[in-house]
Amino acid sequence: MITLSDYLLVGAILFCLSLAGIFLNRKNVIILLMSIELMLLAVNINFVAFSVFMQDIAGQVFVFFILTVAAAEAAIGLAILVVLYRSKQSINVDDMDSMKG
Amino acid sequence: MTFEKIVFYLFATILILSALRVITARNPVHSALFLVLTFFSCSALWILLEAEFLAITLVLVYVGAVMVLFLFVVMMLNINADVMREGFIKYLPIGIAVAIISAIEMGIVITGNFSAGKTPELVRHAENYSNTKAIGQVLYTEYLFAFEVAAVVLLVAIVAAIALTMRKRPETRYQNPGSQVNIKKEDRLRVVKMDAEDKPS
Repeated sequence: MITLSDYLLVGAILFCLSLAGIFLNRKNVIILLMSIELMLLAVNINFVAFSVFMQDIAGQVFVFFILTVAAAEAAIGLAILVVLYRSKQSINVDDMDSMKG
Repeated sequence: MTFEKIVFYLFATILILSALRVITARNPVHSALFLVLTFFSCSALWILLEAEFLAITLVLVYVGAVMVLFLFVVMMLNINADVMREGFIKYLPIGIAVAIISAIEMGIVITGNFSAGKTPELVRHAENYSNTKAIGQVLYTEYLFAFEVAAVVLLVAIVAAIALTMRKRPETRYQNPGSQVNIKKEDRLRVVKMDAEDKPS
């Protein structure tokens, strides 16, 4: 029988992998966006697992809203990326220093 | 070990290995394709939990729309993969260290507090149970306001994405429908009076 901790462990490992991905690919904005998508997926796995094991459908409704917001975030993020590439001809994070921050 | 558990471990292994390839692949296109594989195996895990609606939504929305958008952008931009990967080796030790330490911490919490005896067992529903119907019944009643806010969020995303990426090029020629409609006969057409020509004999 599958237990709740199995699903939670899968979510935790996925979250840690995407955390490592943000550390490793800190130059490439596209991989950073993909790592954020993986993090949201890990959170969603936890939500669905808790929702099913605790028999409360609200968790799955919440996952539905997270999917909506994540899709909007990905669309706007990629649009910003395209605009950035047009003005700088590069998507390297190191080139985004025009505000001297 | 039951068949269910074998299927779970199979898909969980595929999920984690493909997530590992997403963050280590040299080519961003390969990363995007491995992300698709990650979403597919995650949706298989959700189907094992009888969360079919979300599993199908994940495949339709993520694999069908978001990942195609990712692939589109990756292929449209001209990215030098080698420049992008400098610093990969430099940050490899700290990345692995952070990942392993946080994985161990989360593992301790999960195995300590959510071990098999302390959490409820998985209850399988009857054969005629519909997950989609159950979600719809609360989504359109209790969460109606949140549902409409989500629709507004999507609308804002559409407007923002179009407003960000649309550009006017000065060298491109456009039609002006207003002036086309407003044109009068006198502006374009000139009737010239002239004498009739003699017939050639």
